[in-house]
Amino acid sequence: MTDTAVRVTGLTKKFGAFTAIDDMSFTVERNKIYGLLGRNGAGKTTLMQLLSGQQFATSGSLEVFGASPVENARVLQSLCFIKESQKYPDSFRPEHVLASAPWFFANWDAALADRLVDDFRLPLMRPIKKLSRGQLSAIGVIVGLASRAPLTFFDEPYLGLDAVARQIFYDRLLEDYVEHPRTIILSTHLIDEVSNLLEHVLVIDEGRILMDQDAELLRGSASTVVGKKTDVDAFVAGRDIISRDGIGGLASVTVAGLSEAERAAARAAGLELSPVSLQQLIVQRTTSITQEPEIKTDAWSARA
Amino acid sequence: MIEAGKPIFVQIADQIENDIIDGVIKEETPVPSTNEFAAFHRINPATAGKGVNRLVEDGILYKRRGIGMFVATGARQRLIGARTEQFRANFVGPLLCEAAKLGITPEQVAGMIRIESSTERKGSNS
Repeated sequence: MTDTAVRVTGLTKKFGAFTAIDDMSFTVERNKIYGLLGRNGAGKTTLMQLLSGQQFATSGSLEVFGASPVENARVLQSLCFIKESQKYPDSFRPEHVLASAPWFFANWDAALADRLVDDFRLPLMRPIKKLSRGQLSAIGVIVGLASRAPLTFFDEPYLGLDAVARQIFYDRLLEDYVEHPRTIILSTHLIDEVSNLLEHVLVIDEGRILMDQDAELLRGSASTVVGKKTDVDAFVAGRDIISRDGIGGLASVTVAGLSEAERAAARAAGLELSPVSLQQLIVQRTTSITQEPEIKTDAWSARA
Repeated sequence: MIEAGKPIFVQIADQIENDIIDGVIKEETPVPSTNEFAAFHRINPATAGKGVNRLVEDGILYKRRGIGMFVATGARQRLIGARTEQFRANFVGPLLCEAAKLGITPEQVAGMIRIESSTERKGSNS
């Protein structure tokens, strides 16, 4: 057995003239929690559909547990895909979903499912049609956790879930993952809420991999330098600038990778340093591409 | 408790160090397991493990096979030594730097510290 759960090489998926996934290559290691992050329409769901054999690749190769997932019973049995708008038969009640889950998931833990039903206060006997949006999401979360599938996808699993229920989801996910390590790919927009749970982060933008990094390396990998425009410009000259902003004679520039010595030098030069959260970092990385920040700062300095 | 922008494993290592310095965790006693740290701080267990391993590399903690991680003898003194040096670099240096900017001499700074610490003692007595 290798340590690789997913291996993707040159993967491309086109819908007519639109390229949803554009020449992607990456691997997913076993028994880690991955964050799949990106803006709306970046290709997150398409990518997960490809990985779970629900879409055919236009070109490139993809392996899940060493084989193509398409029509492959061995691979598909080890997957669980929780999507934001799961449809159920009209006559179903939540109890039917939980009763049929063991047919699909070999590792299904009914005791865990029961506990989660209590945690989320899910009415088991109410017709699914009558459930609220949040209760529908709770069913997905319960199935995703209790399935204990070797590779579990959560695609925006918490539409309509309140803050308490989301916290329960994160806590139970972590608890159960510690006891039963498995590969989890969590796609979400609520980066700040989940960032501490993630071991690895994949950020995609317009169908391409923008970042493929250890979450810990990303955290603290950038700092915002604030101070007088001339001082800031002198300090950031020649550095990897992620974004910049300014007002009057003040500038605020986010730069990558500062060493302790460089931080001390910045403070000695009278500049203020502030940390950049994973969410801020990703927002800046996925917006700065289309901006022309230099023009913006020139406009400010011309006015000042 | 966990702040943004600073690697979490560094924060975990810092917290264990603080507990050793404060005497909350004594030498030759066990520290919580990686999974306990993960559950308590709601962080990925691999991240918590990284923080613990960092202290093992520094010789602050050591592993007793099958039992867990323990605080090494002499760990507290070594941490206090390292922290004193950090205190000098992180606080005393910038303090004098800011003072110089305002035209305050090191002697005046020392005088301010004496006055401040005596009023603080009075304040905490009342």
